[in-house]
Amino acid sequence: MRSTGLVRSRRFLLGFRLSAALVALLPLAWLVWRMAAGLLGPDPGQELTQALGLAALQLLIATLCMTPMQRWTGWVGWVRIRRMLGLCAFFYACLHVLSFLQFMVGWQDLWATFTTRPYIIAGSVAFLVLIPLSLTSTRGMMRRLGPNWKRLHRLAYLSVVAAWVHFVWQARSDIGEMLVYGLLIAVLLWFRWRWNGWRGLLPLTASNSRANSDRVG
Amino acid sequence: LKELEYTPAPAFSTDEDKTPFEDVVRYNNFYEFGTAKDDPARYAHEMSVDPWSVQVDGECDRPGTYALEDLLKPHALEERVYRLRCVEAWSMVIPWIGVPLADMLKRFEPNSRAKYVYFETLHDPDQMRGQRSLFSTVDWPYREGLRMDEAMNELSFFTVGLYGKTLPNQNGAPFRLVVPWKYGFKSIKSIVRIRFQEEQPATTWEMIAPQEYGFYANVNPEVDHPRWSQKRERRLPSGLLSPNWVETQKFNGYGEQVAHLYKGMDLRQNY
Repeated sequence: MRSTGLVRSRRFLLGFRLSAALVALLPLAWLVWRMAAGLLGPDPGQELTQALGLAALQLLIATLCMTPMQRWTGWVGWVRIRRMLGLCAFFYACLHVLSFLQFMVGWQDLWATFTTRPYIIAGSVAFLVLIPLSLTSTRGMMRRLGPNWKRLHRLAYLSVVAAWVHFVWQARSDIGEMLVYGLLIAVLLWFRWRWNGWRGLLPLTASNSRANSDRVG
Repeated sequence: LKELEYTPAPAFSTDEDKTPFEDVVRYNNFYEFGTAKDDPARYAHEMSVDPWSVQVDGECDRPGTYALEDLLKPHALEERVYRLRCVEAWSMVIPWIGVPLADMLKRFEPNSRAKYVYFETLHDPDQMRGQRSLFSTVDWPYREGLRMDEAMNELSFFTVGLYGKTLPNQNGAPFRLVVPWKYGFKSIKSIVRIRFQEEQPATTWEMIAPQEYGFYANVNPEVDHPRWSQKRERRLPSGLLSPNWVETQKFNGYGEQVAHLYKGMDLRQNY
């Protein structure tokens, strides 16, 4: 599947980016529709919080798929949508946190909520890590940070693992769905390990691999 | 669902707003049919509840296998509107129909060695798709138990219906327990076995996560579940614009009837 003329054209790339944006916003549209139609059930706050969290995890995983896709297909379009997918993941994560505070916690006992419950601590790590990544996602910041940008953005691996832990910790008795996501994440991290070794997985350390701006995903 | 004949029992009923029928029957925890709240409503019809019999054994003078209709025949049904508090911090108010559990259990003539009564849900993966799941951590069948004095308390209810009709399958047809001062998972559904015994039985949630769920599982806002606070609950139906928060009461508000059962016990230890 090497790039052909059509696939290389600017219009194709633009269409691809637009479609990806639409797909990334589908979970939100679906939720808004269900909310408006009163289809969230008798405990809508819980439903909303869960759905937003799941969308954030899915988009984070999708973001980490882009670099392997680019390497596999040799087409640069995949990494061109990586930042947008990552920002969408952060956007869903923000809504998820707000929804959790508003509907599940009611803004009460915040200190206890965030210090005594391990699954929430894991979720907080996943979320907090996304903040610096989002703030440094612009072209200008990429240029300014140089090689440090890549080191910093390996924090995405920490985020996705913490998000998965946060997710699994809430399983009450059936972990089939969680295992599927876990397997996906494991495969995506395994790619990084194969390309760059352990240092390619650890954030904030220098990588010993050849410089390649597409290596980090 | 069949219409039932019953008399209301106002002395045992709250006058709080009831959770509407359609919410009671579409929002269920019944992992035998899946772990999502709407799985039971979708799949519980795959279970056949007629005919239904119960095996009674252990420390009692009248063990045996009883058909449900024979068990019910001598009893008059009553309606009790109880609060139901789930350990997940949501709650409902439901008009149940049934008979006092004590009246039912006395007919099996438990002997002096009967310190606990143990209950078991149907285990039939052919009819219960949740039991076919490869990734479930539940060691089927679902098990629950009560101390004898808890089971004989006037609030414990042998339940065969809700909102005037027989129980929908997703709510535990054809009969279930309702123990309103305990978290909902104690109110075991679709019961096929009752056993009187001397030792405290192992119960499903306690087996899965003993640090999170205890044998007693009394509703208690002072003792948090490790994953969520128990101080408040969302009374369903709750809305996004009008979240229906209710302060959780000790023993779910039934302390007057049951607090004496736990006199001298440390409820932090015996959660």
